Amino acid sequence: MVRYERKTVVCLHVNGSRHELAVRPSDLLLDVLRDQLGLTAAKPGCKNGDCGACTVMMDGWPVKSCLVLAVEAEGHEILTVEGLGGTAAVQKAFVDANAFQCGYCTSGFLMVCHALRTQHPVMPEEYTVEEWLQSNICRCTSYEEIRKAVDIMYGGGGG
Amino acid sequence: MIPFDFIYCRPDSLTEALDTYRQLEAEGKSPVYYSGGSEIITLCRAGGIRPGAVVDIKRIPDCLCLFPDDQGLNLGSACTLNQVKESKHFPLLGTVCGRIADHTNQCRITLGGNLCGSIIYRETSLPLLLSDAKMTVFGADGLRTIAFKDAFPGRMHLRPGELIVQIHVPSRALRAPSSHVKRTQNEKIDYPLVGVAAIWQDNVLKIAFSGVCAHPFRSPRMEAVLNDHGPSCAARADKAVSLLPKPAYSDVRGSAEYRVFVLRNTLEALLEDWENGQI
Repeated sequence: MVRYERKTVVCLHVNGSRHELAVRPSDLLLDVLRDQLGLTAAKPGCKNGDCGACTVMMDGWPVKSCLVLAVEAEGHEILTVEGLGGTAAVQKAFVDANAFQCGYCTSGFLMVCHALRTQHPVMPEEYTVEEWLQSNICRCTSYEEIRKAVDIMYGGGGG
Repeated sequence: MIPFDFIYCRPDSLTEALDTYRQLEAEGKSPVYYSGGSEIITLCRAGGIRPGAVVDIKRIPDCLCLFPDDQGLNLGSACTLNQVKESKHFPLLGTVCGRIADHTNQCRITLGGNLCGSIIYRETSLPLLLSDAKMTVFGADGLRTIAFKDAFPGRMHLRPGELIVQIHVPSRALRAPSSHVKRTQNEKIDYPLVGVAAIWQDNVLKIAFSGVCAHPFRSPRMEAVLNDHGPSCAARADKAVSLLPKPAYSDVRGSAEYRVFVLRNTLEALLEDWENGQI
């Protein structure tokens, strides 16, 4: 059994690398990614699980890192936008579709779309795409372009 | 960030979980069992609760099962809403899970967490109230299995230190014709103004509600009225909403009067679908 009290060193697997980090049990994964690992793609937005700007992947599924304790991430594979490497299909699709304006929500959308393709390698039905995308908010309302990017990510034309 | 420290424990077994909980309680740490964590983190950040310790049950194998057997379906309390939905074993519960929060949060929120949460809606309780579900809990007396409806008169009532291990849904309920309606103020993703779950067994309607009153409920008196095929659908809906077991809930999302109005129309439409063979 694990028992952590006060600041403790834990091992997190992030973007394929192992990191030993000193965290408080109440530290949030979002804050540890940004402040300790310098991985600032996950954005603090509402910090209440509503906006999705802080979305990362945990074992292939999307999670809002503002609602995950860093200590909970032990033993799981965490993937952030930095781990996509800049050349992932989802990143290229967002560029091709101009699927951003201010860009603050982009990394969250990238991760939820990348997770969608990870869990559904073949383009799922529209209801499923809509359901996944509804987890994130774009205040610049680039929703149409983001939806187009999903089509492009799956090899379609986005039209 | 969460502006205070707590102790984090992650037991590997039910016995460890209970022992840890009791030990922390003896240390004056006011522990809470922790599963998906969404509500606990949110409340900690907002100052609503201040536990001295959390006991994370997500890696206890007994709390993670999700399998059907010849008796029905067994659902671990730490199964996420998304896992329940994707399993497709209990379509009505899957549909309800798919309308709680958003998809990403459904990948974290657990069945046990939703049932034990402090937010009043606890929508996953509705299919369980309708299906004669049972619940296995673990506490000082070891494992005990109890009827879900007895432990959940609107909110979860467990003995001190007890935790939910599994929910058991009888086979008969899993494939019964069913319907789920969730009416929200504006957005698709929101708490319910009115949430209705219904199943039909032997052509008898069983129905439960969330959002209408300050806790989820199932009402035999309302069911009797709704199952009386003599009066019109409109008359039955009118009569049913006059029999709410508690005053209708009122908040910024909708007044009590509006919730009753929405409920009445929802019931009439549901009855018409039933009468027209569309269920």
